[in-house]
Amino acid sequence: MELWFSEGHTPNTKLSIKVDRQLYTCQSDFQRIDVFECKDFGRFLVLDGYMMLTERDEFIYHEMITHVPMAVHPNVENVLIIGAGDGGVIRELALYPEIRRMDMVEIDPLVIEVCREYLPQTACRLSDPRLTIYIEDGLRFIRTKENAYDLIIVDSTDPFGPGEGLFTREFYGNCFKALKDDGIMVNQHESPFYEEDARACQRAHKRIVESFPISKVYQVHIPTYPSGHWLFGFASKKYHPIHDLDATAWNLRGIKTRYYNSRLHTGSFALPSYVEELLKDVE
Amino acid sequence: MRIVPFDVPGHKRGRGNPELVRLLGEQCVGLDINSMKPLDNLCHPVSVIRDAEILAAEAFGAAHCFLMVGGTTSSIQSMILSVLKSKDKIILPRNVHRSVINSLILCGAHPVYVNPEVDPRLGIPLGMRLDQVRQAIIKNPDAKAVLVNNPTYYGICSDLRSIVALAHSYGMLVLVDEAHGTHFYFGDNLPVSAMEAGADMAAVSMHKSGGSLTQSSFLLLRQPEREGYVRQIINLTQTTSGSYLLLASLDISRRNLALRGKTEFKRVIDLAEYARCEINGIGGYYAYSRERINGDSIFDFDVTKLSVHTLDIGLAGIEVYDLLRDEYDIQIEFGDFGNILAYISIGDRKQEVERLVGALSEIRRRYRKDKSGMLSQEYLAPKIAVTPQEAFYAPKESLPLGDTQGRICSEFVMCYPPGIPILAPGEEITPDILEYIRYAKEKGCSLTGPEDPDIGRLNVLK
Repeated sequence: MELWFSEGHTPNTKLSIKVDRQLYTCQSDFQRIDVFECKDFGRFLVLDGYMMLTERDEFIYHEMITHVPMAVHPNVENVLIIGAGDGGVIRELALYPEIRRMDMVEIDPLVIEVCREYLPQTACRLSDPRLTIYIEDGLRFIRTKENAYDLIIVDSTDPFGPGEGLFTREFYGNCFKALKDDGIMVNQHESPFYEEDARACQRAHKRIVESFPISKVYQVHIPTYPSGHWLFGFASKKYHPIHDLDATAWNLRGIKTRYYNSRLHTGSFALPSYVEELLKDVE
Repeated sequence: MRIVPFDVPGHKRGRGNPELVRLLGEQCVGLDINSMKPLDNLCHPVSVIRDAEILAAEAFGAAHCFLMVGGTTSSIQSMILSVLKSKDKIILPRNVHRSVINSLILCGAHPVYVNPEVDPRLGIPLGMRLDQVRQAIIKNPDAKAVLVNNPTYYGICSDLRSIVALAHSYGMLVLVDEAHGTHFYFGDNLPVSAMEAGADMAAVSMHKSGGSLTQSSFLLLRQPEREGYVRQIINLTQTTSGSYLLLASLDISRRNLALRGKTEFKRVIDLAEYARCEINGIGGYYAYSRERINGDSIFDFDVTKLSVHTLDIGLAGIEVYDLLRDEYDIQIEFGDFGNILAYISIGDRKQEVERLVGALSEIRRRYRKDKSGMLSQEYLAPKIAVTPQEAFYAPKESLPLGDTQGRICSEFVMCYPPGIPILAPGEEITPDILEYIRYAKEKGCSLTGPEDPDIGRLNVLK
């Protein structure tokens, strides 16, 4: 028997993974949720047919969206996490004892439930006592927050489907308002490679630039995402992602990582020329 | 069944126009066909169109329903032309859509305006007070009909049942502009519909809250004996090549409303209520609703209308309208001096409402300013000098706007949307109206109507 999961990265290009077995499938109020298991990547979570994470390469995404801002901001106490129902970001944040409060806002409660059941590798710290989970639209949650957070991590799906509102100017503006005067927002920033993804990436960048005084982009390599080349946004009211990096302090923490390190931190902000251009076009 | 087309349209199911097929899709161009025996004829329906009309009449509680393809403008014009002749009188509020006054130009009837009250806080024109209608009727016992907006663009309803009873007791017909009230026929806890209130005719914009394609509409009739004559009137101005895309969209939308209208509009109401609650929670904005009801000029309120007063954040409605589109990629229905209207319909979902609320909260944070010097009055009572038809066809001259004070205008001036004339043909140009036009231009309203597209000049009577 051969059972393959395929995701179209463009109408003409796809990634296929041979599936050992399907562990779960369901249509929630917001999206179709599937969990599969395969040889090369272990278990993987799929929403509306789009690959969200695999056990094999999720560390790249979760380390890079978390440790980069944490190594820059000197004292993060209150964190807001939008999306992130799989728990990967929480697992990384939980490594920092100075964090006093984590508010996680996930629109689809079923994603959390499914990840708790089938993806303990990422969901393992969802019971951290500092964490409060809100089942709500992120855009709605953040509307009433002002001067409340040191760090906001936007771990969204793509800018179509339930995650659409998290790529809008009103959302980024509301994030700005919800952050303290030295707050940082990091967001999943799509890929610069395929045309449609690149447009989404440009749109997001344009709107963040309009909302934050400092707005930089850094890159990661994620094998199971379209083109493998992925970006994160680093938007900030005060701290510069490279100049304000305190590498020594971060290294003294002794956090064991598999992708992130403070040399890579600086390097990840050096972008290919075509990506620089693409971003500059909308600045 | 494959029929070989040797009739119009000449694109022949799209084969002759591949670019059109790429644009609209095969199914869409395949539906673009002409009247033929099996498909009936809109000018004289006897089979499938007739069936659709009967089903629609049943769904709306009317004796007859005409499928219309020239927009609700054509429904309104046919409705008025079917009851008024030259020099007949009609009692109507002045805050009507331009199509109403256009009909008076066409038939030469005389308007008797009932000036709507203006809400002192919101600046918007309200419904007709029953007492005003009674006075107008007593003063003009020879009037043929009363026209009522049900509701206004802002969602305001007059006491339609009482107006119908009153008018009928004086032998006058009641015509209802229900361009914004299709859903009244299907939802619970909504204002009374024209047919239920006993009105004689109603123009219903199926393409607004009903979900059909733009330009499709229904004309409802309560007296079956007038069907043939109304059809003749419709055929005076209606195309003989009625679009089957529009007709099919009317029929399928009627079906959807009949089957699912009740639950769908319940959802729409809940969404609008949620949005109102959230918007009022932002501070500065006032999303109004039933609390404005006063038993007379606001007899009822259409809760699906998300009308928001914006003046308290120091922004004109039209400024918020522009900011929403230009900065936040959100297109709303209209903005005027003090209000915006976001149209909530069967196609909306919670996530879009969240975007709207989020954007409004951002606009308040980033753009709010002092509100001094802002106009709030959306409506100015007109000074009528001559009838619309007389003014429209009278000898006229074109003058720069600044030189027109005191003269009688021979054309329309309006902000579009909402398309309610600031000036209609035959009305005197007052200093207040000139100030209104100047302010509307300054705030970025789209002004339309006059021959001069820049509204720098107006045609006035010689």
